[in-house]
Amino acid sequence: MEGLSRRYGEVVALDGLDLTVHAGELVALLGPSGCGKTTTLRLLAGLEDADAGQITVGGNDVTRLPASKRDMGMVFQAYSLFPHMTARQNVAFGLRLRRIGSAQRDRKALEMLELVGLASQADRYPHQLSGGQQQRVALARALAIEPQVLLLDEPLSALDAKVRAQLRDQIRRIQLDVGITTLFVTHDQEEALAISDRVGVMQDGRIEQLAPPVEVYSRPATSFVAEFVGLTNRLAGTVSGSTVTVRGRDLPLVDISTPPGPAIALVRPEAVTLASDSSGDSGPLTGTVIASTFLGATSRVTVDLGDTTIMAQLSTAEAVELPAGSRVSLTIRPDPVLVSAGAAPASEAEA
Amino acid sequence: MAAVTSVGEAPLAVPAKRGRGMQAGRRRRLNAFRYVVFTFFALFFLLPLLAMLRFSFEGSTLGTWSASAWSQIVSYQGPPPLLSAVEISLELGVLTSVVTLALLVPTMIWIRLRVQWISRAFEFLCLLPLTIPAIVLVVGLAPVYNKIRHVELSALMLFWAYVVLALPYAYRALAAGLNAMDVKTLSEAARSLGASWFTVIFRVIAPNMWQAILNALLLSAALALGEFTIAYTLLYNNLQVELYSIDRNTPNASVIFSTSLAALIFTFLLLLIISYAGRRRRRGMR
Repeated sequence: MEGLSRRYGEVVALDGLDLTVHAGELVALLGPSGCGKTTTLRLLAGLEDADAGQITVGGNDVTRLPASKRDMGMVFQAYSLFPHMTARQNVAFGLRLRRIGSAQRDRKALEMLELVGLASQADRYPHQLSGGQQQRVALARALAIEPQVLLLDEPLSALDAKVRAQLRDQIRRIQLDVGITTLFVTHDQEEALAISDRVGVMQDGRIEQLAPPVEVYSRPATSFVAEFVGLTNRLAGTVSGSTVTVRGRDLPLVDISTPPGPAIALVRPEAVTLASDSSGDSGPLTGTVIASTFLGATSRVTVDLGDTTIMAQLSTAEAVELPAGSRVSLTIRPDPVLVSAGAAPASEAEA
Repeated sequence: MAAVTSVGEAPLAVPAKRGRGMQAGRRRRLNAFRYVVFTFFALFFLLPLLAMLRFSFEGSTLGTWSASAWSQIVSYQGPPPLLSAVEISLELGVLTSVVTLALLVPTMIWIRLRVQWISRAFEFLCLLPLTIPAIVLVVGLAPVYNKIRHVELSALMLFWAYVVLALPYAYRALAAGLNAMDVKTLSEAARSLGASWFTVIFRVIAPNMWQAILNALLLSAALALGEFTIAYTLLYNNLQVELYSIDRNTPNASVIFSTSLAALIFTFLLLLIISYAGRRRRRGMR
């Protein structure tokens, strides 16, 4: 399996998308709804036809093959187990279609159910299983046919938060175990960042950036990526040379070829630190806490700077010290920042 | 391969508990209402049936008892013999429901899966016979049946007309079954596992609408068993036509009651068997 490349030229859903997934790799497609990520997956699976472009798997052109001949395992967003079959029969379904003997079929089905930790539930019907269990059986079913590619279409979005996180990690563990090439579609950035080798951030049918999670987060290629992945403050500033000056502070630029002039700098909340300020002066980096959102170990604090607001992410212990109404001074860590295209005048800056 | 420990989640389908919050008084009032409605309808349906039963055992003089009307069902000497009419009606019931289902089930699934845009027109077409009175249908059917008679004389040929009559009922029952499941996702899951369209229809979708198929079967069979107008006007002899002619030709009026009651009991038993089979199948799945 050498990889997979596809081109597709259709205005509406996918706009000439190119994507290569290497063997054994887990690539997540991340984007807002309607960005074309699910369409990509469905085209890949053969559930929809491409208007143009080519899909190759391991060097073979599969563009014109029907879904049933593509050799791809798929897990759907909606519960897709066959209601009239037990978990074991569901997993064995693909093997039965491949005319594999019943003894071998049964053994393989059990092995797969064991892999997802559900061997003890093999003879239950889907409605006797929880949502998370159903999706795990669906995963076992997709893997049982030993497909060349595993396609996951938001398999976790119907589950509650705790099960989602557990199953997410489990999917990654199994994927590494089996070593299967996987394409994972999600709108949940946390999910995408947590388990993938590379993340492709999509917008309007194009991939804006395809890079390892750390890079997508810390060095976003475009302002869309910066704003979609993680929270971002938009602060007015002025570009000069390789730095942008924001509220009297020089921050290095990710892209040093940015033309000089007024611009909007995208600053991560965790790059902003707050300290209680009792001096009473009102410099460009002092403000009043207006809200604080408790997120568990960390808290997000919103500060009114007079002409704009800014979000800071602090440890909860620190945030408790700064109730709403307290005066604070800000420090912005000099991480490389991205400048938003179409720089607006300073007065239109928003947080 | 590493086995992964089960995530401790509760199954989705927890046995439904009675709303504990519902006040006892309200529940009692609801129960009382239920019994009143039930009793009302039981009387409404049972009284005529009981009257029929009584009349079927009416002796030669008023107020006496006799089982002769029931024994006459078997010994009735036509023409044509009663039992052959029962047989014809039964065969028509089976033929009509099988043909209707064989036509509708694959077609409806196929339309749902592949040609959604045609579904409105198809629904209209299927429901159309409901709006045309049987007697009007006969006007159009008569010349067709004249032609059919050149080839085949048997009353079984009525099934062509009965399939058309059964379409709306079978369609409604099957549509309910199709709507109750996520046809698209199930078929896509099966397709991605390598299933052909044939496999998708007959091994994935159809088994999951078992209850709906049984309902459709029951409705079309019941329709064929109870049909009178078309058979009578086209001069065929089925059970209903036979009952009518017995009524006209026998001096023993009780026979009409015993035969009608027998037909009713027969249909009722059929209904019981089908719904029992359906429920057992369901329990196997559940």
